[in-house]
Amino acid sequence: MVNTDFEGREYPVNAPYSVGAEKIREFADAVGATHPAHHDPVAARGLGYPGLIAPPTFAVIVAQRAEQQYVADPEARIDFSRVVHGDERFVYHRPIVAGDELVTVLHVDRILSRGPMSTVTTRCEIYAAGEGISDAAAPGIGEHVATVTSTLAVRGED
Amino acid sequence: MTTAHPAAETAGTATASSGATERPRLAGLAVGDEIGTRTIEFDRPRLVRYAGASGDFNRIHWDQAFAEGVGLPGVIAHGMLTMGSVINLVTDWAGDPAAVVDYGTRFSRPVPVPADGTATVEVTGKIGEIDAEAGTVRVDLTATFGTTKVLTRAQAVVRL
Repeated sequence: MVNTDFEGREYPVNAPYSVGAEKIREFADAVGATHPAHHDPVAARGLGYPGLIAPPTFAVIVAQRAEQQYVADPEARIDFSRVVHGDERFVYHRPIVAGDELVTVLHVDRILSRGPMSTVTTRCEIYAAGEGISDAAAPGIGEHVATVTSTLAVRGED
Repeated sequence: MTTAHPAAETAGTATASSGATERPRLAGLAVGDEIGTRTIEFDRPRLVRYAGASGDFNRIHWDQAFAEGVGLPGVIAHGMLTMGSVINLVTDWAGDPAAVVDYGTRFSRPVPVPADGTATVEVTGKIGEIDAEAGTVRVDLTATFGTTKVLTRAQAVVRL
């Protein structure tokens, strides 16, 4: 069973994720996002942004990387072969654009067990890395960029 | 590569003309207006491509024997691939991907993707709510595979 002791846990700020233009293009191609602002910097600047705009679900890359701190921890007892995605939500305080350096604070908001099924809800608060960072292991926190909430359902053993 | 229909073909119902770029205007919209439809097709190469682009390498999305071994009917599409593909209807309609300030959904049913051929998901969107003060509209999305709704309460808030 999933370890309910993790409910309420907050993790330290993680190492920065660098948002690359080619990663935005690659992700946009993978989800069939053909809007020019994902592919052409001139189109993105025409809309008033400093670089390519990430598609609305791009933040899942940043969030799932942060969630690994929790879901890959053996003590959390999450069997990923028995996980299905329950829900996902992205709230953007500002768009993610190419060139961003993003750091994430991961929260384990809720762990519920109903019969053989457990659900775990995580929340990733994504920020621009702060100015003047010299140590990537302990970066500062800048502007709030996005909040990503995710619920996983973990099926119990048969 | 499978892609959706160009927005221009399907998203004309609520688009206002305003010079070089055509973007919908809040004042021209009403609750219940349809923003368009599109058809998304998923095949196995598409799932592998999404796995690589997103970093989600869960074997249930590309390994038939593994998927069956954990009790699934077969390989299923990433929920996030469906979610990420469905929103293109909205971003193309809005004319600015960054206009989507809030997007959430529940994943109600998986989309099984056959080893050969494709799984087809039909997408529709309509205006569910207008907040004139905030300058936003909520677009309610449906995504169906055959007769099955694969997303529940898929909603995007768009700043116009």
